[in-house]
Amino acid sequence: MNGVELRGVTKAYSGLTVMENINLEIEDGAFLVLLGPSGCGKSTLLNMIAGLEPVTDGSIHIAGRDVTALEPDERDIAMVFQSYALYPTMSVRRNIGFGLKMRGMPKADIDNRVGEIGELLQISPLLDRKPSQLSGGQQQRVAIGRALVREPSVFLFDEPLSNLDAKLRADMRVELKRLHERLGRTIVYVTHDQIEAMTLATRVVVLDKGHIQQADTPENVYRRPANRFVASFVGAPTMNFMDGKLVQYGDGIAFDGGMGQLPMAGLPAKARDLIGQSITLGARPEHLMFDDTGVNARVLLAEPTGPDQYVRLTVAGTEVTARTGPEQQFKSGGDARIMVDGARVSLFDPQSGRAML
Amino acid sequence: MRYNKIALYGLLCVAAVLILAPVFIMVSTSLKSMDEIRNGSIFTLPVDPGFGAWGKAWFGDCAKTLGEKCGGLSSSFLTSVKIVIPALFLSVGLGAVTGYTLAVWKMKGANIMFAALLVGMFIPPQVTLYPLIIMVRELGIFGSIPGLVLVHVIWGVAFTTMMFRNFFKTVPQDLLKAARIDGAGFWPLFWYVMLPLSLPILGVAMILQFTYIWNDFLLGLTFGGRSGQPMTVALNNLVGSQFGEKEYNVNMAATMLTALPTLAVYLLSGRLFVRGIAAGAVKG
Repeated sequence: MNGVELRGVTKAYSGLTVMENINLEIEDGAFLVLLGPSGCGKSTLLNMIAGLEPVTDGSIHIAGRDVTALEPDERDIAMVFQSYALYPTMSVRRNIGFGLKMRGMPKADIDNRVGEIGELLQISPLLDRKPSQLSGGQQQRVAIGRALVREPSVFLFDEPLSNLDAKLRADMRVELKRLHERLGRTIVYVTHDQIEAMTLATRVVVLDKGHIQQADTPENVYRRPANRFVASFVGAPTMNFMDGKLVQYGDGIAFDGGMGQLPMAGLPAKARDLIGQSITLGARPEHLMFDDTGVNARVLLAEPTGPDQYVRLTVAGTEVTARTGPEQQFKSGGDARIMVDGARVSLFDPQSGRAML
Repeated sequence: MRYNKIALYGLLCVAAVLILAPVFIMVSTSLKSMDEIRNGSIFTLPVDPGFGAWGKAWFGDCAKTLGEKCGGLSSSFLTSVKIVIPALFLSVGLGAVTGYTLAVWKMKGANIMFAALLVGMFIPPQVTLYPLIIMVRELGIFGSIPGLVLVHVIWGVAFTTMMFRNFFKTVPQDLLKAARIDGAGFWPLFWYVMLPLSLPILGVAMILQFTYIWNDFLLGLTFGGRSGQPMTVALNNLVGSQFGEKEYNVNMAATMLTALPTLAVYLLSGRLFVRGIAAGAVKG
């Protein structure tokens, strides 16, 4: 059991509570991504797991051991930083071996381990260079190597790909995923980038204002967001929200948001209980379909992205985005008719923002 | 553009002449004989240059002194070395460790301590001279080399601490976190990570401290006593307290001898010095 467990973790700075009663269980071998906007507390949470910041209350358990009072180097963790944080005066070899040296490992053993890591990450030819002589991607590999060499129970990543350019970031993403599959170690990974979260994670924890908004698989976070915050934070372009209420529509249910009745085939049966109540409809761009039986909408702008296009529309005064294939032509200011796929939309309570299905 | 360049070089030449003229007079006078000095202008080059005066300044003039010592600067040169070496390493070493502690370790009252150090740096030494004398006397080392070294360290540490603290404050937080995760405690972090990073600052601090301590006159005169008389004090005695005719050539040679070590340090470390000053502006 090499997982991580947070029990009632609370963090306060001079009386101001920024994080209250966080409970989280990270199972052995999970790739857990802490996702949230800047200032949501995800880095603070990671630093608390690392032991770089003390917890105000609660306890942290790593590999079944209570590590709350332990120093970072006693917690059996390793961390990769956004800025890589390589020691500028040391060669790559010494950078990777530094943690082992601090543990008092004999020099010959350190050299062996560093050599293995160098081969694993394909940085063997760089071992005698200084960090300043490496490219960003190479520095990133060295930083990962420094974490790997210690063979910890848990790896912590603090926005490790943010400083790389787009292409390199995509490559490193793939490599990280492969590395996780090969090593099978527990990873806790902080990012504000939802693509990284969706592609890498086995489990995503969405944080906002110091609270866990949702902790689930990436698929569920995307398909069944727990509240409006998660719904709007995950997914690009962002989810469309329309205020209105559900009404009876023949045999089925329709959404009435002032644009006429928008039939929603495929809505789960328990949505019937909500008929007559005001709700917020949450529909992702791909949940909107162009269909002649739908409601009237006005085209504002079409944005082709290559594989598909995003069409901005107004429906009864609300601006929404729909995703469709690149074949259809749209004219700005033209008319269109849209429908909603009821099987995939979310319904939120307009007051609390919580998902209602 | 062209005229600007001419003006620039002109200005630099004037400045160089102004600065070098006294040095030229000193060197040329020190190479002359007393007869030549008496009869000629100070600006003329020596007709028959010789190092006799330099020898006299270094070894002393045994015909003039009655005791067993001949009064040259050689013995006080050694005293100066004995003062500078420990005072230099202690003040820079202590400053590096103190600056590192103040900058990196979240210690209670670190900012107040640093403010106190700064105040200490801006008070002129003359003001605290008397209390320092009492302190050193109570320690039983007044009028000796250890006493003088202690005073130099006390004065130097405020300055070196400030240099190192300000440099270490610019070290990125992530680097310190990485070192903590690697298990580097107080001393390993200092020794393996921070000190190697601070090499340019270390160089500048060494050069400046060497210059301050070597050139110091007031503290040496006050705290050194007879046994701890540094070269500057000996030079003053040599130049100021002779009877008979003033031997300008010997005085000039003695002054040059006293100034040579600092001059040598600057010339030999010039590049390092400039790099260190620039290191504050550029992130490594």
